Amino acid sequence: MMSNSIKVMAPIPGVFYRRPSPDEDVYVNEGDEVKEGDIIGLVEVMKSFHELKAEASGVIDAFKVEDEGMLEAGQEIAVINQK
Amino acid sequence: MIKVIQPGLQTTVQDLGRIGHYEVGMPPSGAMDTYALKVSNLLVGNDEDAAGLEITYMGPKLKFEADTLIAITGGEIPPKINDEPAGMWETLSVKAGDVLSFDFVKSGARAYLAVQGGIDVPEIMGSRSTYTLIGIGGLEGRALKEDDELKIASDKNVNVKAGRKIDEDLIPKYSKEHDIRVVMGLCSYRLTEESKDEFLSTEWQVTPDANRVGYRFKGAKMDFVEREQPFGAGSDPSNVTDQGYPIGSIQIPGGIEPIALLNDAVTGGGYVTVATIISTDLDRMAQVKSGEKVKFVAVDIEESLKARKEMKDKLDEIRKQLA
Repeated sequence: MMSNSIKVMAPIPGVFYRRPSPDEDVYVNEGDEVKEGDIIGLVEVMKSFHELKAEASGVIDAFKVEDEGMLEAGQEIAVINQK
Repeated sequence: MIKVIQPGLQTTVQDLGRIGHYEVGMPPSGAMDTYALKVSNLLVGNDEDAAGLEITYMGPKLKFEADTLIAITGGEIPPKINDEPAGMWETLSVKAGDVLSFDFVKSGARAYLAVQGGIDVPEIMGSRSTYTLIGIGGLEGRALKEDDELKIASDKNVNVKAGRKIDEDLIPKYSKEHDIRVVMGLCSYRLTEESKDEFLSTEWQVTPDANRVGYRFKGAKMDFVEREQPFGAGSDPSNVTDQGYPIGSIQIPGGIEPIALLNDAVTGGGYVTVATIISTDLDRMAQVKSGEKVKFVAVDIEESLKARKEMKDKLDEIRKQLA
């Protein structure tokens, strides 16, 4: 069966976080299953946090940005393989 | 009436600002890119200082409940009407029930939406601009939220038709590297000669701390000349006796991470202000995103006044084209 990959893009520039707070676990790991609308990370800009949501259900194939890395608007953050 | 389906990241009502109260500590607020707001207003036949929406990084989703004319200018956050791409820097017609939404930002940071008649919110100290830090102006002193309703005013306006555009060369282009012109001072004498040079040669990176209050930069450490602590000044070498901060002034607390103070900033204090962004380039600062690069280019007052005159001529040309 062919799988379709969906790119999750940064809608805004800022700092990318994979965890809800420094002492908590990451939202999702590579290889984890996610449902459409699940939070997969945060972008911090202008002193506020914006939730990044999975745009499709599937499996997280890879994160393309490091935790706490700087994002440009429109940059690819993660790839989700749809089943 | 305009219904807010999604608010966007930070969408606020802004006009040309709350001018004339700086001495009591009230910053002007207002559109950060005044050129873009003025042009959007002119495109829909409004006075150029009518209140519109300032859209930051990510556009809202808005439903219009009456037929009207709109125009979107500024940073390229591509608009769509009922999911169909729509133009920027031109007069657009929307019908009752139409939904305006936006794609991801392509260039610049802030777009401006003007609606024929202007956005109707109460004037506070002579302005409709939102100043979120103290919660005045705009819609309840805050950024838009889901399910908000915006009333459309019937401010004096001339009759115009959809489809009006301005010449391509009057539309600014925004890249990821920005030359921002500054006049050195008021306290640049506090920097060593080496640091003064380095201030102007460094490619400063905009940090995520960049909003309507100010933009914080990373790039180099600045050194100050030795001195005896003056009466009334703090003990850090970056402190001076309290002074008024010009809008666009760049201070460097502790010699690290300069901060450019913008429309919603504190109006005075005791940090060295080493340079001030010239008024026309404040419009360009409004279009700089976190993560992008800025170089400060020193100019003299004469050149900054020339730039201001050129800006005025451009707006005159637009008024002529749209008349």
